[in-house]
Amino acid sequence: MNSRIGFVAFNTFREAVRDRVLYNLIAFALMLSGAAILVGEISIDIERLVVVNLGLTAVSLFGVVIAIFIGIGLVSKEIDKRTLYTVLSRPVRRWEFVVGKFFGLTGTLVVNTFFMALGVFLALLYVAHRFQKMDFWVLVALYFIVLQFFIVCSLALFFSTFSTPLMSAVFTFALFVIGSLAEDLRGFARVTQGVAGWIATGIAYVVPNFSALNIIGAVAHGDPVAGRLILYSTIYALLYSAIAISGAVLVFQHRNLK
Amino acid sequence: MNLVATVVLSFSLAGAMAMLHRMDRMRRLTEAQEALYIRSPNVLRRMSLGYTGLLADIYWTRAVQYFGEQHYSGTGDFRLLAPLLEVTTELDPRLFPAYEFGANFLSPKPPSGAGLPGAALSLLKYGVEHNPNQWRLYYDLGFVYYTEFKDYAKAADAFAQGAKLPVTNEYMPILAARMAQHAGEFDTARMLWRITYENTKDARIRQNAVEHLLALQVDEQVTQLQEVVKRYREQTGRLPASMGDLERAGFIRGTPTDPTGHPYRLMSDGRIEVQDPKTLYFITKGLPPGMAPPQPAHESQPDSKSTSK
Repeated sequence: MNSRIGFVAFNTFREAVRDRVLYNLIAFALMLSGAAILVGEISIDIERLVVVNLGLTAVSLFGVVIAIFIGIGLVSKEIDKRTLYTVLSRPVRRWEFVVGKFFGLTGTLVVNTFFMALGVFLALLYVAHRFQKMDFWVLVALYFIVLQFFIVCSLALFFSTFSTPLMSAVFTFALFVIGSLAEDLRGFARVTQGVAGWIATGIAYVVPNFSALNIIGAVAHGDPVAGRLILYSTIYALLYSAIAISGAVLVFQHRNLK
Repeated sequence: MNLVATVVLSFSLAGAMAMLHRMDRMRRLTEAQEALYIRSPNVLRRMSLGYTGLLADIYWTRAVQYFGEQHYSGTGDFRLLAPLLEVTTELDPRLFPAYEFGANFLSPKPPSGAGLPGAALSLLKYGVEHNPNQWRLYYDLGFVYYTEFKDYAKAADAFAQGAKLPVTNEYMPILAARMAQHAGEFDTARMLWRITYENTKDARIRQNAVEHLLALQVDEQVTQLQEVVKRYREQTGRLPASMGDLERAGFIRGTPTDPTGHPYRLMSDGRIEVQDPKTLYFITKGLPPGMAPPQPAHESQPDSKSTSK
């Protein structure tokens, strides 16, 4: 990575930490430990399932919320505060600024996810008293969640380059919801004929398919994940992020900042 | 100013909690907490944005709590239990505890269960359809056919199908054979409860299985003693006055005792009774005339875990 991108990324990460983003870890830890202890008392035989399902769902949703709420302000906040001009007056190109912002935000989320993952595994150890082979797949599910973050961050950043923070949040969240229902959209496309069918199929392929990156249900039951699926999902997430980041760069390059 | 703010905060907090307490009581009266607003698993699946596993866990916990509350209140109204379990298993068709325990909440007659054996069968059939390699689901299906419907043919079929699986329980083929022969009621029931005991980690269910095994022991002993009394009467033309008469006539050796160590009582009309029926849950024989089979006492808190199986 070129040093200027690294510089922007590091500053984005530092700013996120300064904004007390990592405080969400406390809420996460309390929620997970509470669930691990209480579920055994109020339910039957699903202690491990709850830790995996709740832990991974929380990692995913906390991360998506952070990605959206930080991502939407990455560019617009810099413009409002006029700090963008200071950055761009140095030898930092616009595309480097955008890409640096992306890496900074995803870096923040990866660090956040790392600590949450520690929490999930500690909770698993608490309820099962030992690690099992199938716990490895929880790690893979966490990796898939990080892939989701890549896409959400890139989308939030893309919208942030031309829209207000509020509208960027609405657009990103709407795409997250639609992408989470992508399988339903495909089902709808399959049963629809004519032009509507073509449009539905087109939308089903264009929107980010978050549901394909959600393997929480499968790993909760200890299902293994095929290596090829991991590879394809990685490529898909990286390509989709590249699409959104390229779009963000294109818009930002042509944006009149005067 | 700080003092005023602190006082207002404290009073407001206490007042809000008091109001909430009153609202809870009103809600309980109107059974508002029983509302199941969304019954469609498909709608719930979409609303969950793909996080169906967690939602299924939440619905399963709701089902457990609902059963516990209704069981504890003694109203016998379990109308939301089957829909809750249906939503749970459709959200996560592999949530095995929901089938295993859910069927045992649904099938036994009140007060042990909801008295909905048909709903239990539907639940288990759905489970088998989605998890055809789980011997435990076939076992539960056979268990319900046997205990609630006395349908030996279907019970035999369920046990036989479970016995064919690559991973199964060694008793499954024996159970299938016994059902087919419709023989050895006590032994069959004992085997079923032993499998239940050996295949659960839940302490409460193990305890429940132990109580059923003890009840079977009492039922079998009382049946045997009753037969002895009958034979004594046929031989002597009169009823025995005490257990000693049976012993002296060589029908029994020593004074027979129930699993709690109390000797069985021989009543003046020739019936055999246990000394303390309230301590022997689920027994159907040896009870005073008109007494219903005793059930485990309710716990102080609503708890559905006193399952029938």
